[in-house]
Amino acid sequence: MDRREFLKRTLISSLTLLMAEKSHATGKETQRGNRANEINWAKYEAEKKTREAVQGESYAVLVDITKCIGCRRCEWACNEWNKNPNKPLSEFEKSASEKPSVFDRIRRTDAETFTIVNRFYKEDVTPIYVKKQCMHCLEPACLSACFVSSFEKTKEGSVLYNPSLCVGCRYCMIACPFDIPAYEYFEPLRPQITKCTMCFDRIIEGKPPACVEICSADALIFGKRSDIIKLAHRKLDENPERYIPHVYGEYETGGTSWLYLSPVPFEKLGFPKLSKKPDTEKTASFLFTVKVLEVVASVPLVYAAYKAISSKGDKEKDE
Amino acid sequence: MSSWIREKIFLGKTFSEYLAEHKNPMFILAFIILCLSFYSMAYRLIYGLGPATNLSDTYPWGLWISFDILVGIALAAPGLTVATAVYLFGLKDYKKFAKPAVLSSLIGYVFAVFALMFDLGRYYRVFYVIGWSWGLSSVLFLIAWHFFLYIIICFVEWSPAFFKWLGLNRLRDYFSKLGVWATALGVIIAGGHQSALGALFLVASNKMHPLWYSSLLPIFFLGSAIFAGISMVILESTIAHKIFKNLVKDFDDVEFNKRTIGLGKALFVILCAYLILKLLDITHYNNWHYLITPYGYWYMFEILGFVFIPVILLAFAVKENNTKLVRVSALLVVLGVILNRVNVSLIAYNWYIPLSEKYYPTWMEVSLSAGIVTMIILSYRFIVRRMEIL
Ligand code: SF4
Ligand code: SF4
Ligand code: SF4
Repeated sequence: MDRREFLKRTLISSLTLLMAEKSHATGKETQRGNRANEINWAKYEAEKKTREAVQGESYAVLVDITKCIGCRRCEWACNEWNKNPNKPLSEFEKSASEKPSVFDRIRRTDAETFTIVNRFYKEDVTPIYVKKQCMHCLEPACLSACFVSSFEKTKEGSVLYNPSLCVGCRYCMIACPFDIPAYEYFEPLRPQITKCTMCFDRIIEGKPPACVEICSADALIFGKRSDIIKLAHRKLDENPERYIPHVYGEYETGGTSWLYLSPVPFEKLGFPKLSKKPDTEKTASFLFTVKVLEVVASVPLVYAAYKAISSKGDKEKDE
Repeated sequence: MSSWIREKIFLGKTFSEYLAEHKNPMFILAFIILCLSFYSMAYRLIYGLGPATNLSDTYPWGLWISFDILVGIALAAPGLTVATAVYLFGLKDYKKFAKPAVLSSLIGYVFAVFALMFDLGRYYRVFYVIGWSWGLSSVLFLIAWHFFLYIIICFVEWSPAFFKWLGLNRLRDYFSKLGVWATALGVIIAGGHQSALGALFLVASNKMHPLWYSSLLPIFFLGSAIFAGISMVILESTIAHKIFKNLVKDFDDVEFNKRTIGLGKALFVILCAYLILKLLDITHYNNWHYLITPYGYWYMFEILGFVFIPVILLAFAVKENNTKLVRVSALLVVLGVILNRVNVSLIAYNWYIPLSEKYYPTWMEVSLSAGIVTMIILSYRFIVRRMEIL
């Protein structure tokens, strides 16, 4: 085989590999061009100047896991409101009884799905359904991670994403302790991060989030965060046998705007164990230390540089 | 003009002579790798990250960040270590090592940033971080700025050789004076971002395996960058002196070996400090029980194989004046740093998810990275053969 032949063969075989590669890409190509985040950001920008600041505290949602029946109507409503790809409501509702079902696999949010409901089991094999979406942290890791400041925590409680600044580094996805932000991997030119907005565009109109509104099982309750926390504790006190004594999100990672009550320990439901102190504090103290060290170190270094230059000068004179 | 090109670019040969010189298996291999990597680059730009890579919402960072950035920048640390010692603290004995060290840092950083452009979703916005929107609370912000500054610094440090090549002597003198200040600034900047690369993962405490997660991550990254830098100097100088022996003026074997041993000593000290810190770290977090899990074995493989064993080897090498052993240890250390960066960013990250969902790179990700490595080597060779570096 001479050299030219060899090159030709290499080229052909790499082309074939390419074709194979492309076919596996299909199917996910719709995961692009999301508008919900952009729309919410525009509303935020527009209203920032005119709108009166929220009186008192921000909003929150309480998820009572013991009440959730796994109808997935919240998923449907979320898709509907945010104009994400959707299916008829009945297909969502039948998942809980169907076999095989979407519940067979633990899912996460993706570029066109801001919320999902997952199924876990108690020891006696009764199912537990857990809704997952952005927690709208009080000290958002995504916000602190973004190097072009693409996120904002609004007074209403929403953590909003601004697609017009994002560079697409995906560090926010690394940073989020709940694995929420998703990325439009199949958009080559203008990919964005997508995530739940806590229905900012509804809250500012005085409406509850779309998922909360449609929930007929009383599993989702919307209100001022302080009221929601009081409510959560009242539920714990009144029905101690129904819940484990823990309001998830009251303190986790500095507190979140979505709070959960559960019948079993949260670790069993895929919730991360987080300390009260958010990790963002570690980052902040690192950045502070670096700055201090850089300033402190510059003094001897400037001195050394000065010495190096002047001794060089002397030597040149000597020579 | 054409004679200038012939003299400077083709080293006094005609184009076809120059080309003929490169007709050997090594260059053909390099050519093939480059073709594949250009293909992958184009594919990534046209079809996006999804089709080109195995990145997913669970694994937003893959080989490109892990290898091209985390490994690449650590291995591009020679400028931080040797150039500083020579230019700033007047360790004249190591002068011969300083210029190649600066050059490898410069090339390393330029190509790391070049590779990063393919990983960023909206690469054309990368300058937002410099002049448009500042995320002051982000570690990545610090890194971006420090990269930006450090590349400028390396350019200043390297420019005397460049201007000499062009025959612009006044500019050369001007920049050699500036060089010392650049080096002083460079220590701060390089130290800052080497540690910041480790600090990137501070924010994800719940997603990292406890053996690799520590508040000391920034210090581990800085320390390992320093010993990676020294090891790279040892390896590069060895290779360069083998291949470009004819380029080196008054090459002195005895002198060179003595310096290699000297570098070996420095390496030994820093490796020991790192090892002690690692021990303290495990004890502080009381992580001993993790050592008897599969992740623990892997951790011990990294620490024992690529830090502890080099320490032992170096102790022997220095005592016996064995330069070969110093070089072997340096190689082990470099491999260890590569392993460490991959471990932190890919293995320890999301360690609890089932093996089947773990990330592994596509051939395009691999070929792009291989292409970057090839470009680094070729550029190094190109410059070394033309300018007064060695
Ligand atoms: S859950 Fe994640 S994405 Fe949502 S605010 Fe918190 S850190 Fe940000
Ligand atoms: S992907 Fe976008 S939003 Fe996320 S950290 Fe990077 S620049 Fe910020
Ligand atoms: S708050 Fe709005 S965006 Fe978030 S999950 Fe509910 S419906 Fe979707």
